[in-house]
Amino acid sequence: MEDLLQYLFSGITIGAVYAVVAIGLSMLYRSTELINFAHGEFAMFGALGLVTLWGQLHLPLPLAFVLSVTGVACVGMVFERFALRPVKDPNPITLVIITVGASIVFRGIAMNVWGKDPVSLPPFSDLESIEIAGAVIVPQSLYIVGAALVLAGTLHLFFRYTIQGKAMTACAVNKKAAWLTGIPSERMGLFAVLISAVSGAVAGIFIAPVTMNTYDMGTMLGLKGFCAAMIGGLGSLWGAFAGGILLGVLESLGAGLISSGSKDAIAFVLLLLILYLCPGGLFAQKQAERF
Amino acid sequence: MKGTGSIINKGLVQNTLFVLAVILMGAMVENTYLLQIMTFIGINTLLALGLNMLMGYAGQVSLGQGAFYGIGAYATAILSGTHGVSPWLALVFAIALAVGVAWVVGRPTLRLSGYYLGMGTLGFGMIVHIFFREAGSLTGGASGFVGIPMLGIGSFMFEGGRSYFYLVWAVVFGTMLVCRRIIDSKTGRALAAIHGRENAAVALGVDAHSVKLTIFMFSAALGAMAGFFYAHFVLFISPDSFGFMASIKMVTMVVIGGMASVWGAVLGAAVITLLPEVLHGFADYEMIVFGVILMGVMIVMPQGLTQGVVDQYDRYRKKRA
Repeated sequence: MEDLLQYLFSGITIGAVYAVVAIGLSMLYRSTELINFAHGEFAMFGALGLVTLWGQLHLPLPLAFVLSVTGVACVGMVFERFALRPVKDPNPITLVIITVGASIVFRGIAMNVWGKDPVSLPPFSDLESIEIAGAVIVPQSLYIVGAALVLAGTLHLFFRYTIQGKAMTACAVNKKAAWLTGIPSERMGLFAVLISAVSGAVAGIFIAPVTMNTYDMGTMLGLKGFCAAMIGGLGSLWGAFAGGILLGVLESLGAGLISSGSKDAIAFVLLLLILYLCPGGLFAQKQAERF
Repeated sequence: MKGTGSIINKGLVQNTLFVLAVILMGAMVENTYLLQIMTFIGINTLLALGLNMLMGYAGQVSLGQGAFYGIGAYATAILSGTHGVSPWLALVFAIALAVGVAWVVGRPTLRLSGYYLGMGTLGFGMIVHIFFREAGSLTGGASGFVGIPMLGIGSFMFEGGRSYFYLVWAVVFGTMLVCRRIIDSKTGRALAAIHGRENAAVALGVDAHSVKLTIFMFSAALGAMAGFFYAHFVLFISPDSFGFMASIKMVTMVVIGGMASVWGAVLGAAVITLLPEVLHGFADYEMIVFGVILMGVMIVMPQGLTQGVVDQYDRYRKKRA
């Protein structure tokens, strides 16, 4: 029983990370119909940025946080301006290869800047762990879950109530029509990549203390994020959130009850099941295109 | 569209030139390292040809082709390495296994389209990759599989770099001919129709799902064959060679070379195989340069190098005229 509760807690923690990654991906897909295979690398940059600024230069945590996020946001903007916008014929295969190419470049840069060795960080605060019915929750878990909730909530409000958010939704529905109504669709695309890069960086920063930070940590994170986003239904923010938590809990249970090696496979098995049974995801408003 | 008489001659000329080029290269190159690279190009061409049929002609994206490559390699490694079965028998089994798996996986997956199909195949590829890594007693796990026997016919062994080079390229040539036959057949025309607009093809009476499934199984068979030749060439395999990045590399070969072109597959395989070798000089910056080239080609020439170069040439000619 204690074990089960412990698996649940650690599952929710890692699930919240997947949720943040998935929210960034889902949000970008919703506004630009782009699947960004370099998204995990934004998280990697966030985490490694924190390693340098907070772990090695000992800047205050909030300042290190802001600087890392700003840095990743700049990377995202450069990426959009020089790799995505010049594409004349944006079909899925071309875009997938470009974003994969970008992820290789980002990993290469990180390898040269931070080296190949994994680095660890201490937790954000030295508060005591909380014990519930024999299972332990570390404060960092609470921060991660909190960050995921705040991020999903903020984006939800942004899309629902601000003019920029509505304009971005309009671009997603029909770029040309949005442009005709006076929405600068190019700037909206830039904005969407910016928000997604920021959310990626936030995910990386919050998990930095609970994981080994390396230049190639982003790949698996990004792929798991996709699974979560697909499970929830691409384009749905709360779907991505729920998908992430579900994936994290199932993985943690699988690792604990079956075998730790099978952990990674669970995400992909779940992904295939969802695609076959309800391709629109669990929380999608409309069915995905399917024959 | 195609005049019958002229195209046969053109094809004949192209094929003859190709065969001559391969024979000449094999005979002239003394450097074993170069022969090795050229053999890898041949193996990668098999992969690219298979995936090209699926992506270029049928318009279906697969990000999990590495799985079939791995199934071919591991099937032959386990059968001939662990159980001492003849490699050629193992090849038959490996292809049958890959085709069977493709049938099972393709039936539900190929009903998806676009990004969803991409993610479905990606998920499948990852599951197979994790299986190779975790089923240690069968596959040797993360540290890899050693003890794969060399290929041979009777008492003749494909030991030297040259004989293996010829073997692989002979198979590549045969495969190219088969691919051309398929493209020119009824199935090929059905594929073209599906690529153009699937709904319209269905309305014309094309059984889109079964045609897509057939070509998916065909590309799986070619993938397994490439895996077979890879395993018996390198004599050591590990899960890393068949993971997500391997699948992506195959997609890149097809796209860089130019989709819907048999020659494009050869060119793409050559470029993607040679690039890392050329980039070794950049040492730690190799990854960055590789990624930049990948992005650059896609941004500047989204049609791939073959078509891209032709377009550039046309533009140049128009300018002069």
